[in-house]
Amino acid sequence: MQTALLIEQTLNGLQFGVMLFLMAAGLTLIFGVMGLINLAHGSLYMVGAFACATVAAWTGSFWLGLVASLAAAAAAGAIVEITVIRRLYDRDHLDQVLATFALILVFSEGTRWLFGSFPLYLNIPPLLAGAVPIPGGAQYPLYRLAIIGVGILVAIGLYLLISRTRLGMRIRAGESDREMIGALGVDIRTLYTVVFALGAALAGLAGAMVGALQSVQVGMGEPVLILAFVVIVIGGIGSIKGALVGAILVGLIDTLGRFLLPAALAAFMGPSAAASIGAALASMLIYVFMALVLAIRPRGLFAAAG
Amino acid sequence: MSRENIVNALLLLLLLAIPLAATAGDEPFYVTLATRMAILALGAVGLNFALGLGGLVSFGHAAFFGIGGYAAGILATHAFNMEPLAFGWTGSKSMPVIWLVALAASGIAALAIGAISLRTSGVYFIMITLAFAQMIYYFAISWPAYGGEDGLSIYVRNAFPGLNTLNGLHFFFVCYALLLVALVLFAVFRDARFGAALQAARQNEARLATVGIAPYRIRLAAFVISGMITGVAGALFADLNRFVSPSMLSWHMSGELIVLIILGGVGRLCGPIAGAMLYVVLEFFLGGVTERWQFFLGLILLGVVLFARGGIVGLAAGKVRHG
Repeated sequence: MQTALLIEQTLNGLQFGVMLFLMAAGLTLIFGVMGLINLAHGSLYMVGAFACATVAAWTGSFWLGLVASLAAAAAAGAIVEITVIRRLYDRDHLDQVLATFALILVFSEGTRWLFGSFPLYLNIPPLLAGAVPIPGGAQYPLYRLAIIGVGILVAIGLYLLISRTRLGMRIRAGESDREMIGALGVDIRTLYTVVFALGAALAGLAGAMVGALQSVQVGMGEPVLILAFVVIVIGGIGSIKGALVGAILVGLIDTLGRFLLPAALAAFMGPSAAASIGAALASMLIYVFMALVLAIRPRGLFAAAG
Repeated sequence: MSRENIVNALLLLLLLAIPLAATAGDEPFYVTLATRMAILALGAVGLNFALGLGGLVSFGHAAFFGIGGYAAGILATHAFNMEPLAFGWTGSKSMPVIWLVALAASGIAALAIGAISLRTSGVYFIMITLAFAQMIYYFAISWPAYGGEDGLSIYVRNAFPGLNTLNGLHFFFVCYALLLVALVLFAVFRDARFGAALQAARQNEARLATVGIAPYRIRLAAFVISGMITGVAGALFADLNRFVSPSMLSWHMSGELIVLIILGGVGRLCGPIAGAMLYVVLEFFLGGVTERWQFFLGLILLGVVLFARGGIVGLAAGKVRHG
């Protein structure tokens, strides 16, 4: 039974990691191409979740909700890019941080305005509602496995997009020399809007999928955003591969730490003390891990050269 | 007297005039508002050491603000319950003792966080300071001994020898005096060789290294001083509200401190005061008009960042003179 629990927790960690990857991939893509730090990325995650929950409630279909989440987040991303973000590319990071912090206030309060303060609920689609047996005799929810699957597909898709397509070629070119690709006749403004919308859509997808596991509420994007920052700091800013490895590591360390640390502490202290101290320490674990990685490699595991 | 000095003097006088006028007009609420301005300004002056002088965009100063707050809350709780805290010491209700503990605790935290974060720079630094502050935030939430998510109440405001801190005006004077001390420190530090080296590190690291000064230790020292001052502000803030909670540690708080500096003017002596005054007024005014005040605050902030760089002191006093 203990093995089953361990496998279950490992899968939970993997699912969490995959979701963090969707967030971190967008962030790191936007940073890599435009050199922009976007604190409002968590708001786009929230937009995706709200769009999915609303459309699913109207139509009764989770799948339409999922489509709506992608569309809404991408649209919100494109609008924000055109109205605000575009003016920030040449500014220093301080201005970017501040403007995107202001955007968070606008998004959060705006969403509360539209939807009220009560959380929305999103049901798991019937197709994925079951559970599958895992080694050790336990059952694991199919939906969480599906999230892991979606994450893997997105990772492969992103890899193909960036390494095999014309758009990917432009993205890579934009990362290394933005003046040059402009001179070669690529419309950089549109390219940036597209990249921003793509990153936003990934965040929206993550929000929609997680919305069925937790409640959909204002501010849901913020804890995830900060974990996504930890992920890209560990992985190396601008690296999609780093985002994937960092996300899986953070997901596993966080989930398994919360599961194993209280148990380990219980070996030499009282159960209630072990539970509370274990929980407090486990919540710090990934930050300790981040500090360790940075002590050894200040620019992250897969930092781009230079 | 330069224009900036006149603006500074006016700001300081204005901040002092609000509670005096409010007391004369028997409006104690405005005394609290002015005290809030002074405390937030003090926290932002602390951040201004790192951000304004050193160009270190710390998005984690809520950590020091909150640690200072918890220092006040924990010491006062132990003193109230007569529970020993450590080595048989039962905490304290004396503000100077609490400030010392807040200084020490936030200083140690700043040393640890700074030592790791300053190995990196730019956007990494922003995110790492943010992440470390979140680490302490989550620790405070999941550590039940001192209230966890619910926070910790301070039953009676802590005491300062010779003053009645329960009187709003007296407490304001304490906060105002500490703000003045911090401003003097800022001015002295900025004009000292150490401050010059720090500013040089911001402007051109390579050149500083060429003259034989390593930027890392200077930045670390500035970061620690910065964290300590913000920590004292946190202790005062806890006393003002007679309450500490993890929200003092949250990244919104870090963002607010940055916002205060930007609104007022980065690197300006009295920028944080102008920023804090405007912020509290906006919060109060917009909060009175609409429940959705954060929405409009966000829009205003966006407008300031995009179109009005240099902040209020920048508008009033013109460009920084590089002499």
